[in-house]
Amino acid sequence: MKVVAYKDIVEQVKIACMEANFRLGDDIIAAFKRARQTEESPVGREILDQLFENARIAEEEKIALCQDTGFVVCFVDLGDEVSIEGGRLVDAINQGVREGYREGYLRKSICHPLTRKNTGDNTPAIVHVDLVPGDSLKILVAPKGAGSENMSRVTMLKPADGIEGVKRFVIERVRESGANPCPPIVVGVGIGGTIEKAALIAKKAMLRPIGTSNPDSDLAALEEELLKKINDLGIGPQGLGGRTTALAVHIALFPCHIASLPVAVNINCHASRHKEIVF
Amino acid sequence: MSEIRVSTPLSDEVIRTLRSGDKVFINGILYTARDAAHRRLVELIDKGEQLPFEVKGHIIYYVGPTPARPGKPIGSAGPTTSFRMDVYAPKLIEKGLKGMIGKGARSQEVLEAMKRYKCIYFTTVGGAGALLAQRITHSEVIAYDDLGPEAIRKLKVEHFPVFVVNDIYGNDLYQEGVRKYARH
Repeated sequence: MKVVAYKDIVEQVKIACMEANFRLGDDIIAAFKRARQTEESPVGREILDQLFENARIAEEEKIALCQDTGFVVCFVDLGDEVSIEGGRLVDAINQGVREGYREGYLRKSICHPLTRKNTGDNTPAIVHVDLVPGDSLKILVAPKGAGSENMSRVTMLKPADGIEGVKRFVIERVRESGANPCPPIVVGVGIGGTIEKAALIAKKAMLRPIGTSNPDSDLAALEEELLKKINDLGIGPQGLGGRTTALAVHIALFPCHIASLPVAVNINCHASRHKEIVF
Repeated sequence: MSEIRVSTPLSDEVIRTLRSGDKVFINGILYTARDAAHRRLVELIDKGEQLPFEVKGHIIYYVGPTPARPGKPIGSAGPTTSFRMDVYAPKLIEKGLKGMIGKGARSQEVLEAMKRYKCIYFTTVGGAGALLAQRITHSEVIAYDDLGPEAIRKLKVEHFPVFVVNDIYGNDLYQEGVRKYARH
């Protein structure tokens, strides 16, 4: 049995919240560099240059990359041979978020959905826990911005709509989103499951590092096809026209009911923030 | 694409020269407001009461910045999505608002009001909040402090970079830009 201390989880989550907001991931930087080479629009190239410069300033000055420092979503893989000492896992994550958002001068963006009263400390975090075999505890901390989240959708297609229906839904979603989600975007697609499962696997797929290929070769081919079609829409950086609308399309699949074909599209902005903690 | 420098308040004379696609650098004052502040402003207009700042000739920037670190005027300060303000914007434009800075397309009602009362819609790079913060030299909350990040702030900006999306002639940079590069 491995013992993980509550206070260590608090500390690591706090650091992850700040780092995810101050430092753009290497996978995104590499994708920006590739896009800078192929972008045909002069305005598009200038925007990509501004995003490089923005990342440099954010890291140097420890200022958030984007003022929308997000809703903290955590994907936890909790080993069945791990025990947490000194408190509960979800409490530790929330305490880490509270401290990270205060110490990092990050925006507190979470409110009551109807009264709109701010909770004041960016909690609660949204925590998804998977029980896995083994003695490790992994926490993927992913602060998610609302501009791109607002452009995300779930639909329940008919089985007869098939793969062509899925492609149409994904491409039309990106087209209709236009400049709103801050392109270049990362598109997560969840196919199958139930309504909530489709959304959940879309979000997890969206967070896969850019540049890694899907282990399923059929899905890898579909990702490539959708990426090309999305970039042919011409939306471009910030929606002002260009070749770079998406940096990646990531797809996840789950078996579904014989009567349904759920599809979720979860969009992330170019500041695709995520930081993994492993105990 | 031409580069233009403008100062606030914006005159109709300057507004007439601006065209969709122009790169513009703003010097002067911007007022910040998002959803919650817009709702309160429009409630005041509906009741015939005075607004907490002079809208006439001015520009509203749709932004909710991160808190400032000690010694800095402001935290990260990039644009938020504009369509959420579409239901409120025409009433402010009618009151003499001359510019809005945000991101994403506007509704037909907003575009009509802009043409009628001579107002410009600008965009700046979403997600470049750290870079844009460097062009803001001063920030003070002037209304609705209780709204936290959504309070109305008066910002002093120098060489603040924006693009004209919608001019007063009905041109739209989003539509034109996408048309130019679309393959299907």
